[in-house]
Amino acid sequence: MPKDPRIKKVLVIGSGPIIIGQAAEFDYSGTQACRALKSEGIETVLVNSNPATIMTDPDIADHVYIEPLNAAVIERIIEKEKPDAILPNLGGQMGLNLSMELARSGYLDRSGVRLLACRPDTIDRAEDRQLFKDTMEKLHQPIIPSKVVEDLGDAMDFAEVIGYPVIVRPAFTMGGTGGGICDDREKLHEIATNGLRLSPIHQILVEKCISGWKEIEYEVMRDHKGNVITVCNMENLDPVGVHTGDSIVVAPSQTLSDKEYQMLRTAALDIITELGIEGGCNCQFALKPDSFDYAVIEVNPRVSRSSALASKATGYPIAKVATKIALGYSLDEITNDVTGETCACFEPALDYVVVKYPKWPFDKFVYADKSLGTQMMATGEVMAIGNNFEHAMMKAVSSIELGMDTLTLSDFEKLTTEEVIEHLHVQDSERAFCVYEALKRGVAHETIYEITKIDWWFLDKMQHLADLELGLKNGVLTEEKYREAKKFGFLDKTIRRLAGVSTLPVENLRAGFKMVDTCAAEFAAKTPYFYSTYDEDNEAEQFIAERSDPKKKKILVFGSGPIRIGQGIEFDYCSVHAVWTLKKHGCEAILVNNNPETVSTDFDTGDRLYFDPLNPESVDNIIATEKPDGCLVQFGGQTAIKLAKHMDDIGLPIYGTPADAIDEAEDRERFDELLERCAIPRPQGRTVYTLDEALKAAEEVGYPVLMRPSYVLGGQNMIVAYTSADVVEYMGVITTHVDMSHPVLMDKYIFGTECEVDAICDGTDYLVPGIMEQVERTGVHSGDSICVYPPYNFPQSVIDTLVDYTGRFARELHVVGLVNVQYAVQDNKVYVIEVNPRSSRTVPYISKVTGVPMVDLAVRCTLGEKLKDMGYGTGLWRGGQSPYTAVKVPVFSFEKLHGVDTMLGPEMKSTGEVLGIAPTFHEAMMKGLVGAGYQFKVPGPGSCVIVTVKDSDKAEAADLAWKLHDYGYKIYGTAETARYLNSQMVPCSVVRQMSGARPNVQDLLESGLVDYIISTSPHGRDPHRDSVKFRRKATELSIPCITALDTARVLVDALRGEHDISEMELIDISNLHNKG
Amino acid sequence: MQAYLILANGTVFAGKSIGCPGTTVGEVVFATGMVGFEETLTDPSYYGQIITQTYPLIGNYGMNSEDKESGRIWARGYIVREACTAPSNFRSEITLDAFLKQNNTIGIEGIDTRRLTRTLRESGVMNGAITTEFDPAAAPEKLAELMSAIQGYAVKDAVAGVSCAQPVDYPAPETAQDPLHIALLDLGCKNNIVRCLQKRGCRVTVLPGTASVADLAALHADGLMLSNGPGDPAENVAIIGNIAAMLDTGIPAFGICLGHQLTALAAGARTCKLKYGHRGANQPVTDFETGRTFITSQNHGYAVMGETLPAEAGRVSHVNANDKTCEGVQYTKWNCFTVQFHPEANGGPKDTEFLFDRFISRIQAAKGGL
Repeated sequence: MPKDPRIKKVLVIGSGPIIIGQAAEFDYSGTQACRALKSEGIETVLVNSNPATIMTDPDIADHVYIEPLNAAVIERIIEKEKPDAILPNLGGQMGLNLSMELARSGYLDRSGVRLLACRPDTIDRAEDRQLFKDTMEKLHQPIIPSKVVEDLGDAMDFAEVIGYPVIVRPAFTMGGTGGGICDDREKLHEIATNGLRLSPIHQILVEKCISGWKEIEYEVMRDHKGNVITVCNMENLDPVGVHTGDSIVVAPSQTLSDKEYQMLRTAALDIITELGIEGGCNCQFALKPDSFDYAVIEVNPRVSRSSALASKATGYPIAKVATKIALGYSLDEITNDVTGETCACFEPALDYVVVKYPKWPFDKFVYADKSLGTQMMATGEVMAIGNNFEHAMMKAVSSIELGMDTLTLSDFEKLTTEEVIEHLHVQDSERAFCVYEALKRGVAHETIYEITKIDWWFLDKMQHLADLELGLKNGVLTEEKYREAKKFGFLDKTIRRLAGVSTLPVENLRAGFKMVDTCAAEFAAKTPYFYSTYDEDNEAEQFIAERSDPKKKKILVFGSGPIRIGQGIEFDYCSVHAVWTLKKHGCEAILVNNNPETVSTDFDTGDRLYFDPLNPESVDNIIATEKPDGCLVQFGGQTAIKLAKHMDDIGLPIYGTPADAIDEAEDRERFDELLERCAIPRPQGRTVYTLDEALKAAEEVGYPVLMRPSYVLGGQNMIVAYTSADVVEYMGVITTHVDMSHPVLMDKYIFGTECEVDAICDGTDYLVPGIMEQVERTGVHSGDSICVYPPYNFPQSVIDTLVDYTGRFARELHVVGLVNVQYAVQDNKVYVIEVNPRSSRTVPYISKVTGVPMVDLAVRCTLGEKLKDMGYGTGLWRGGQSPYTAVKVPVFSFEKLHGVDTMLGPEMKSTGEVLGIAPTFHEAMMKGLVGAGYQFKVPGPGSCVIVTVKDSDKAEAADLAWKLHDYGYKIYGTAETARYLNSQMVPCSVVRQMSGARPNVQDLLESGLVDYIISTSPHGRDPHRDSVKFRRKATELSIPCITALDTARVLVDALRGEHDISEMELIDISNLHNKG
Repeated sequence: MQAYLILANGTVFAGKSIGCPGTTVGEVVFATGMVGFEETLTDPSYYGQIITQTYPLIGNYGMNSEDKESGRIWARGYIVREACTAPSNFRSEITLDAFLKQNNTIGIEGIDTRRLTRTLRESGVMNGAITTEFDPAAAPEKLAELMSAIQGYAVKDAVAGVSCAQPVDYPAPETAQDPLHIALLDLGCKNNIVRCLQKRGCRVTVLPGTASVADLAALHADGLMLSNGPGDPAENVAIIGNIAAMLDTGIPAFGICLGHQLTALAAGARTCKLKYGHRGANQPVTDFETGRTFITSQNHGYAVMGETLPAEAGRVSHVNANDKTCEGVQYTKWNCFTVQFHPEANGGPKDTEFLFDRFISRIQAAKGGL
């Protein structure tokens, strides 16, 4: 029973697709909210367009809608479900903005739906720049000199008054999109223009830049009685100026005395009180390093990425408590789950140090601009816990999967000391490593501080790590030295390498574990949440002795680490479901992961949680304490798969598909043998190590060729080479970024339809829940393709072949659990592209649309159950028939990543996805496209479309251009394209390229008349190319730019179609499969 | 230099010496605040105790000359996991190590403070010693001798140990008009109590803990403040008698911590020793009158047994939201209210500093009524 008995049915709005600045943290908060609602006996209605989330599982909410997130859709859901209230503050900026839109329009009042936890005026006072300023002035809270402006001239004038540098912050954009620091008039002109356009209310804030001040955050909570608490404070290692999402963050603050700590704490509590927020709130401050001067930078009146981090850093479940507050409870009435005895109205006391480290996509986007500013660029993050800063930092660095195990980055080792010092001025994603290199060279802290303004305390701690590293390299490795290095986080393999020894003074020194308990051991805690230390004490061991059931099998589940392009939230979905199934089937599930944003690292997901890195030594420590019966590696993406070989080496049984099968699927020669045994054709291919070999191989198989390194995920560093120049460029890039102990694979590139099949196998039988057909031809990564279930083009013979081949692989590879196979179909002939004997990106989506709980069945297979006993049959599920079509549409974050070519190719670039479900293909496509943010425009006077395509695409483009012309658009094209279109009787005007004389295509883009762009080119990547600059410009102006003709076709068809989205059936997927 | 922490139950922790070398015996307690180390070290309420900090990195922002809560360290020892040698803060003057040395205080670092805290939590506060003078494993006879000192140790005559000997006058701020005059009974007073009163325009006269009702009368003070302080409240028999007599005069009074406990004892209530006390900056306290719960700073090992408070004397006004122990009393027989927690903070949250305003209002109301 909720505290407020009027609340019986609640609508929760999710945050939509994963994009930079809005990631898995809102699946975590939304899932916690739904579970809290359920525990209160409240009927829950959930809407989110993102199918990869746990919150959209039918067992999380009572009614689940995977529908586009816009006000019209939400209104229709409200009319259908008739909830009493709406919970707006747990679905990120998306959920909040939508709720506010509905409240402001008067819709909520008219339909009698209450807005829980906040009021629109509260939100405005936190988010509207002027109202925020007024509120802070009323509270006598200092803010930075700033002015809200709505046009460029005012921005330029104000900057003259306060002086450069200035910061531009657009109103109501998430993750600071469109903002930036401007050192001069020219930069301000560019950024302010952009910011005004991106702000939904055309408003930006121009403020005095205070770079060099410390950036401090407080996570605070308040209830309806007015009780206020601080959950956690955090200090950014990077001073003000770098977005907190891109900063290395430490909790709690380290360099603040009680005076400063309490001063900012009181300010945060005064702010949340004045705003009248009931729930969680994040307050960001800038603190002058040499006085008590401070300024309020930003207030987020909702749960956020920082609150997810604070929850994991302290053990205090902010989202859950915020939900209970929304239901009318006060903080003192809510129990602290960690102790089970104390109440939620207290402030966590930490007895450890937490380091958060961002995960950036720059290892994938080698041409992207790595410099950091006020606009977030990280796709994900890791968190590490230690009882000293150094240990936490070392854990964090080994968790970000850059192949580093200390802060030494080899690129910096090659520079002279002068060059290193010079490079300290570059504020980019590698700055911490540059600082470290400077420290190793003995550069004075003063010099480093003057340039970077990174606090002396951090420099001193990093110096300690540098000294330890140098100490290991020099002299004899004594036991004392060894133990000291262990205490501060050096791995055995690192120590061996640095000291140049094969034997350590102590072999197999194992870490013990301490508990995260919110209260610094003041109260006995029940939390099964641990981190490793080299103290001799081991609380996990004691916990296991007291609470673990010896009759149960203990199984380790490896999570998927930080969210990155190619390995996203889908794998957290799989890990969490694997844990739940293990628990349901009488096993103890022990989870290891290092990502603070996720559901998997909620301490009550598994039976025990180890918040530690996913490397062999770290896992060995856990194994030594847990003594598990086995482990699951197939659910945590490539991060977990990489541990399979080590598990084999140490003899820990892998439940399900053996490690050797993974090797067989990934090793080129063994894979060829496998195909031969299965009698399955594949495109001709070669394995090469050098440029000469690559050029020769390309000649042999014939251009175009698909090139990629072996052992990849998400098409990392994968391209289609059309000419020898492409091969040369590619080999040049790859040899500098990839460990060349693994070869590069070169395959004949097949033009055709790509499709994907996931299957579950028990070693004998297999079940294919569904086949997905991709809209874009081969050459576009499957993760970036629009993907349709069930297939809409294949004859039965192709479907039969796909199912048959998948079965052959499953049996031949001895798959027990999940397998994912990607095929190319050309002239009804099926070729295999790759086989992944593990869970895949499509598992959550296919599970939801088919009703086959894939992870659940797969885990049961690994535990020895047989598919034929599970009630889902074998072979192709329901004969491939489905009452609904589901279309997955990828979503990108290109506007956040400067210099990245937006053209789709074999390397994955999308950060997230949405799903459209409808009875027909066309309706589902339309829902998917709308959900992904495509706007269906109607051409007005002067509206135009720009078409510029490579030669091989010109014939098809003519057809599309004609349709667009017929729909009412004026068509522009670059010289070659226009000439071709004209030759095909399609009216098309010529526009000069970006490098051409003005006016050129840039002016056309800026005219505001361009509704869509179709742009393909044989070359991409290099940001200096005209075509890349053109697409970047379009992205910055938010003009939809389609880079694959197939995508353009479905979009054009949808534009011209008769379907009206406001008439389409809303589908509650929790009931989808009850209908049969 | 090697140092050892020896607990009364025989557990020995090895660590490194910080501060002064030597041997010290005291009651080992833990404090959970993540900041405010200088305030903790100089808080007279820690008289006779060896403080364990649960936060692992201590001294990060150094020690300055502004944040002291009294003139010196009163604690008998200091236990930390890691003492910072290169502090960073614009006010930092010296390191933790130097500060301990300046105050002749013996400390130890490199201790698994979480394990120690869990031990204290399970078995309750325990006596212990820090020594740099011998290795307990190598010198059993010395250990036996020290062990008997540890077991025989008790915090005695604590108030007398920390209270001032002569009255001290703190003038009202120059801007104050018609300042109120507050008598502050020093039972181990933290400086910030004086500052909180001065900030509100008061003149403060600090009286020795042993001051009599006549001493108070001689001052013609408008209000009486009873400070915090160390030790077992029940041992202060004479002071309790004095306080009863002072309150019987009808003077508006406000008590904090030990002052709260002694007032309750004067009213006929009893006190008890808590298993491991409340020491930290995160303790929730519920005010019955408003229903609000506040985060408070606390430092006490004893508590008033709320149920023993005679009904005619007053009523329990605040409880700890975690363990429901008495955190405040509103008296009916006297013009007095007291709290167990520290509204003056330093270190810790300032969320209840408004209680000083309440005290001032009561004094003004009393004056207006004369």
